[in-house]
Amino acid sequence: MKIAVCIKQVPDTTEVKIDPETKTLVREGVASITNPFDEFAVEEALLTKEKHGGEIHVLTMGPPQAIEVLKNALAVGADKVYLVSDRAFAGADTLATAYTLAKTIEWIGGVDLVICGKQAIDGDTAQVGPGIATRLGFSQLTYVSKVREIDPASKKIVVERMLEDGKEVVQSSLPCVITVLKDINEPRLPSLIGIKRAAKAQIPTVTAKDIPVDADRIGLKGSPTWVWKIFTPESRGGGEMLKGELTEVVPLLVEKLMDSKFIK
Amino acid sequence: MANLIIDAKTCTGCESCIPTCPFGALSMKDNVAVVDEKCTFCGACVDACPVSAITLEKDEQAVTIDTSAFKDVWVFVEHERGKVSNVAFELLGQGRQLADGLGCKLCGMLLCSNEGMDAFIKEAIAYGAEKVYVTESPLLKEYRTDPYASGAVNLIRKYKPEVVLFGATTQGRDFAGTVATTLETGLTADCTGLDIDPEKKILRQTRPAFGGNIMATILDYPNYRPQMATVRPKVFPMPAKDESKKGDVIKEPLPITEEQIRTNVLEFIKGAEAVNLVDAEIIVSGGRGIGNAENFKMIRDLANVLGAAVGASRATVDAGWISYEHQVGQTGRTVRPKIYFACGISGAIQHQAGMKTSDIIVAINKDPEAPIFKVATYGIVGDIFTVVPLLTEAFKKRLGR
Repeated sequence: MKIAVCIKQVPDTTEVKIDPETKTLVREGVASITNPFDEFAVEEALLTKEKHGGEIHVLTMGPPQAIEVLKNALAVGADKVYLVSDRAFAGADTLATAYTLAKTIEWIGGVDLVICGKQAIDGDTAQVGPGIATRLGFSQLTYVSKVREIDPASKKIVVERMLEDGKEVVQSSLPCVITVLKDINEPRLPSLIGIKRAAKAQIPTVTAKDIPVDADRIGLKGSPTWVWKIFTPESRGGGEMLKGELTEVVPLLVEKLMDSKFIK
Repeated sequence: MANLIIDAKTCTGCESCIPTCPFGALSMKDNVAVVDEKCTFCGACVDACPVSAITLEKDEQAVTIDTSAFKDVWVFVEHERGKVSNVAFELLGQGRQLADGLGCKLCGMLLCSNEGMDAFIKEAIAYGAEKVYVTESPLLKEYRTDPYASGAVNLIRKYKPEVVLFGATTQGRDFAGTVATTLETGLTADCTGLDIDPEKKILRQTRPAFGGNIMATILDYPNYRPQMATVRPKVFPMPAKDESKKGDVIKEPLPITEEQIRTNVLEFIKGAEAVNLVDAEIIVSGGRGIGNAENFKMIRDLANVLGAAVGASRATVDAGWISYEHQVGQTGRTVRPKIYFACGISGAIQHQAGMKTSDIIVAINKDPEAPIFKVATYGIVGDIFTVVPLLTEAFKKRLGR
């Protein structure tokens, strides 16, 4: 099994705050982390390799400092990592990003299974996984909560997908792109040897010259959408604190909620 | 290639631009603002500069397509297990406003098997569709990416809508991503606001990013049509249903055979709960303060009286007290009920990202400093083990249940 895992470096949004005076985003000192869903993607690749053998190729597209997330992937056991980075890729929306990643996966060659996190926590689009699958001409299984079985011989995979009202068990042929939920496994911690190996590793950068991309389909130029305006959401503001004895407060809350007409 | 240019001579070093960058790409060097490779050319800094020292250079793309060939607003009529999803009706409601803004027709796009088709068409029309584009095939009995995308791409290529809207559900997001990539057009995810620019007659798509910390309005370049978006359920109200309405039905065959479809649904496992989180008008959620799995009974009791769904914070899911499908928040589901009860939930920013747009938020927590109170409509500082059962009893009495 040759597995490709797409990961992303994201700001730790728990630390992103709004400056109350200027109403702008304060990102100073905000740590960059591996997108949480992507850690499950890497772990699922490791578990698959343990069962079926093969190799794990992890790629990230981003600025040079995104190399950190690749080091983390190496430390837990990825075989090869790639930093897909070029100013020509910058400003890419989901269509151009998926195109660039798909072209890199084609360039790596011979991949049977692509694993992505369900979505990244900065953009929250969940569109890059399906985009990669479509560009590669692979089948796609999104919102995967469990991989039931993979049969490399007959090129079949069976997974459980989470839906709004339950789960479905789906079989697909390989090659396939799966996007995974956090429920799927428990990511391991890196070993000491792994950390040392990662620290020493030379991480290759893949640029627009290395992979056979169409210049009109990458970066800002290959992106149909653009950000017209960014603004701070209206704060909800603190509401009403109901104070006093519970014997008074509870009936008061019940009446307020009944008045809303939302309770039927 | 695009370029962000900061004119060092004009820059006064006032630093106004630095906090406006959502990507932290701006910094000061020798009292002049500089930009690094984290820049995504979003342009947030351009407007912030008081002396107009920042310009965003983009390759002007010649408009090579005939945008006037694209007409009408389409809504994907999503259905699951024989029922049209409410979000499809909500989108028909909002789609009406958009179609009026553009001066065009509002249409439904339906992919289904013969089973239920007539009822689905009737409902789409009753909720406002003037036309319904339908592809019917036994291969479309249940949602699968391949045949649904194939059918939709065929309809969109042939009839060229200007705007296509999908619900931001698991089905809608799986589907729209494939359709947009195949058509090589723009897709904006999980929108919470949609309107038409009255002058340019284009779709303005507003959505939260960075866990809801900022909002962004996204536009599509004129070379890409249709303009497509997935839209968060329950953001727009349900429109009135009018069964007397008439509409046209246009049918196209499915251009794919079973042999070409790469997936097969083996089984559907129904969720344990009667009410799912996305459809729920009311959600009662429990957090770390619940203490253990057994105590979720108290949350379920209140939910049962109110006909509500049961939600949970990440802490309770990670502790194994309740299953992941209940998790609300950044790494769980995003919900938007009319009333959200947060019981023993401190309200970390990741939790808020999943529920902050609820109409009414009720917070019950013993810690008066809990961040949840900052977004709550009504807050009670108190022990959930006392307050929640009292609420359950009070509602039982009030509702006669």
